[in-house]
Amino acid sequence: MTAALEVKALGVEYHGHKALDNVSVSVARGESFGLVGESGSGKSTLLRAVAGLAPVSAGSIAIDGKALRQGKRDRAFYREVQMVFQDPYGSLHPRQTIDRALLEPLAIHGFDNTENRIVRALEEVGLGKGFRFRYPHQLSGGQRQRVAIARALIVEPSIVLLDEPTSALDASVQAEILNLLEQTRKARKLTFVMVSHDLAVVNHMCERLAIMQGGHVVETLPATALADHAFKADYTKKLFEASDGFTRREQA
Amino acid sequence: MSDMISPTPLSWREWLMTERPGSRTQARLGRTYTTWLRFCENKLALLGLLILLLLLLTAAFADLLAPYSPYIGNLKDERLLAPSALHWFGTDDQGRDILSRVIYGSRLTLFVVILVAIIAAPVGLLIGTVSGYAGGWIDAVLMRITDIFLAFPKLVLALAFVAALGPGIENAVLAIAITSWPPYARIARAETMTFRNADYISAVQLMGASPMRIVLRHIMPLCMPSLIVRVTLDMAGIILTAAGLGFLGLGAQPPLPEWGAMIASGRRFILDQWWVAAAPGAAILIVSLGFNLLGDGLRDALDPKEEGR
Amino acid sequence: MKPLLDIEDLRVTFPGRSGPIQAVRGVSLKLGRERLGIVGESGSGKSQTGRAIMGLTPPQATVTAKKMMFNDIDLLTASPKQRRSLRGKQMAMILQDPKYSLNPVMTIGRQIIETLKTHEKVSRAEARDRALAMLEAVQIREPKRVFDLHPHEVSGGMGQRAMIAMMLVAGPELLIADEPTSALDVTVQLEVLAILDRLVADRGMGLLFISHDLRLVSTFCDRVIVMYAGKIVEELASADLANAQHPYTRGLLNSLPRIGQDRHPLPVLDRKPEWAL
Repeated sequence: MTAALEVKALGVEYHGHKALDNVSVSVARGESFGLVGESGSGKSTLLRAVAGLAPVSAGSIAIDGKALRQGKRDRAFYREVQMVFQDPYGSLHPRQTIDRALLEPLAIHGFDNTENRIVRALEEVGLGKGFRFRYPHQLSGGQRQRVAIARALIVEPSIVLLDEPTSALDASVQAEILNLLEQTRKARKLTFVMVSHDLAVVNHMCERLAIMQGGHVVETLPATALADHAFKADYTKKLFEASDGFTRREQA
Repeated sequence: MSDMISPTPLSWREWLMTERPGSRTQARLGRTYTTWLRFCENKLALLGLLILLLLLLTAAFADLLAPYSPYIGNLKDERLLAPSALHWFGTDDQGRDILSRVIYGSRLTLFVVILVAIIAAPVGLLIGTVSGYAGGWIDAVLMRITDIFLAFPKLVLALAFVAALGPGIENAVLAIAITSWPPYARIARAETMTFRNADYISAVQLMGASPMRIVLRHIMPLCMPSLIVRVTLDMAGIILTAAGLGFLGLGAQPPLPEWGAMIASGRRFILDQWWVAAAPGAAILIVSLGFNLLGDGLRDALDPKEEGR
Repeated sequence: MKPLLDIEDLRVTFPGRSGPIQAVRGVSLKLGRERLGIVGESGSGKSQTGRAIMGLTPPQATVTAKKMMFNDIDLLTASPKQRRSLRGKQMAMILQDPKYSLNPVMTIGRQIIETLKTHEKVSRAEARDRALAMLEAVQIREPKRVFDLHPHEVSGGMGQRAMIAMMLVAGPELLIADEPTSALDVTVQLEVLAILDRLVADRGMGLLFISHDLRLVSTFCDRVIVMYAGKIVEELASADLANAQHPYTRGLLNSLPRIGQDRHPLPVLDRKPEWAL
């Protein structure tokens, strides 16, 4: 079976700085795959490179076995692959209503029956019709992230890239958004690639994950390996301990 | 934020200010209304708006308002009369009523200002946003062209154009428009650069939108507020440039009652018959002031940072 | 024992379009020489509580309280001048992002010396020595090199250490840390916290640790105060967090995904309007 997303020996360079170096990742259809790391690890860069938002200098990316040409993405690609951004305050156009934000992808891809699709998309993410003509500044962070999810799903993609979708949100809102994402994945049989700095969140959401550091993949694990402490790399161990909170070492 | 549907019909104000508009039109009107409320907090801006409304009305009803013809005077016994009950602002050297000429002159002023805004602002906006969004060599070429235009003083460049095109109000408008777009391009470019890497622009890119669609539908609306403000503030300058060209005899040609040209012809008698130059001068001053006050008010009202307060 | 900080019924009120809005609505707390955590979500009033104690409430807001004592000083009646001399000398505050709280055009060393000189009459050589010692105390490996660097030349973790050094150089008794590690990576976060922990313990300071991260606060502090909508809903010892009574605290704890627990979907916080009463 061909992988939904196959990244081979990918390199990304910004002004001579190697943000990604020889990274290979394979995500199966319907799988939920996590990328964990700290700032500068290249986890977001990998996501952006797949989406065509980062300058690829080496390697290849293939969607459903079809290799993408360097820097070129056609409309069909954007119907297959969509992305949800980290900052819900920055990912919605400040002067467009929710209605405009949802209509735009439909207009670009020439969908019919836009009225129904917009109403349905809002209902799917748990926002009623009352939200349709509001402006982003009238919504809370969680509500904005729901709109961003609705916008990504409205073109019926099969792969959704999630860039720290909950790191800007309060803990209780995070749970709501994570549940919503899981539920839509199940209903639509989506493939997820999720980036996070929070090991627990990725562990909860994903079946497999890659630990990244300094532009490399340190280790690729099944999610169950974390609970069983079945990891090898020191860095993974460090992240794992950090996710438990602070431990006071008794002073001698 | 009550979720209950109120049983009594909503007042207009409530309908406009609602947190959950029911249609696109209602959302847009509600937004316009809040901007208007913010604008109204500034009393001076309202004064500016009032001045410009008066200018508009004067221009529209010049035929009814002007007591005399602006072109035909009484050369025989009404030359250079001081202000009186018959001629409120006095008469000029051709025996024409100055009040009537100032009233008709408002049409020319509006004509110049509006035409320049219609030509220069969109040109500047388009060049600036394209340049800022595309970057690379497109940006370099467009910005060097802009620099060339910016390198000359506005009036000197306008003079050169009028000299080449020939004197006349239409050519003056064209010359002023040609010389006033570069600052708009600069502003639009600077604004675009701050937006182009925002996530919401990346999000539209990820929908597969073409660069032209992104510039026209997503970036331009963001540049509009600061551009509108800048154009309004520039209006005063445009009037003065037009007046300056008129004064130098390169703008409106006699007998057109253009305010700058009127001052130019009144210059000869400024010591003995001061009113000939004073009335159009005051008109220029008041209208410029109106535009400036309006621009200042718009800057506060349209400021995106005020959004959501 | 007399507490370091004793606050009763603290209220912070902001003017709003439709009447005044209370960000903090009657917070009472006592802080000794211990680590006290304040946890809450955005809008809970936790940061405004910290700012009110420091005297850094925005000018348009008003602060009222029945009692607001720091040692023997009544903060309610203290003059602005008195409060200024308190800040840095006796109470200090660390903010979230060192990028914004350090002066970008001054070297780190000079900023530490400036702080010291505002509060004490010290010779130049002594100030320099103490600043270097402070940088060493926050475990900066090459204090002499970092001393001459500008804030943009150091990493986030290093910047926050420099910030801590600057705040502690005059030897305050009370430290208020508002999300001191939220902008840092998880592993760096723990290093910085370990440094903070040691300094607070060694110097016998009182620490008010403000954060949204319940897990972090509960593992770091002795006691935890949970705030919701401007009020304290629960106060308990960190060790007892698992036995929290208030449904908000419990909901907050439950909504966090945890490694090794398979809970799908995650329990969601059901906000009850009566919590905000």
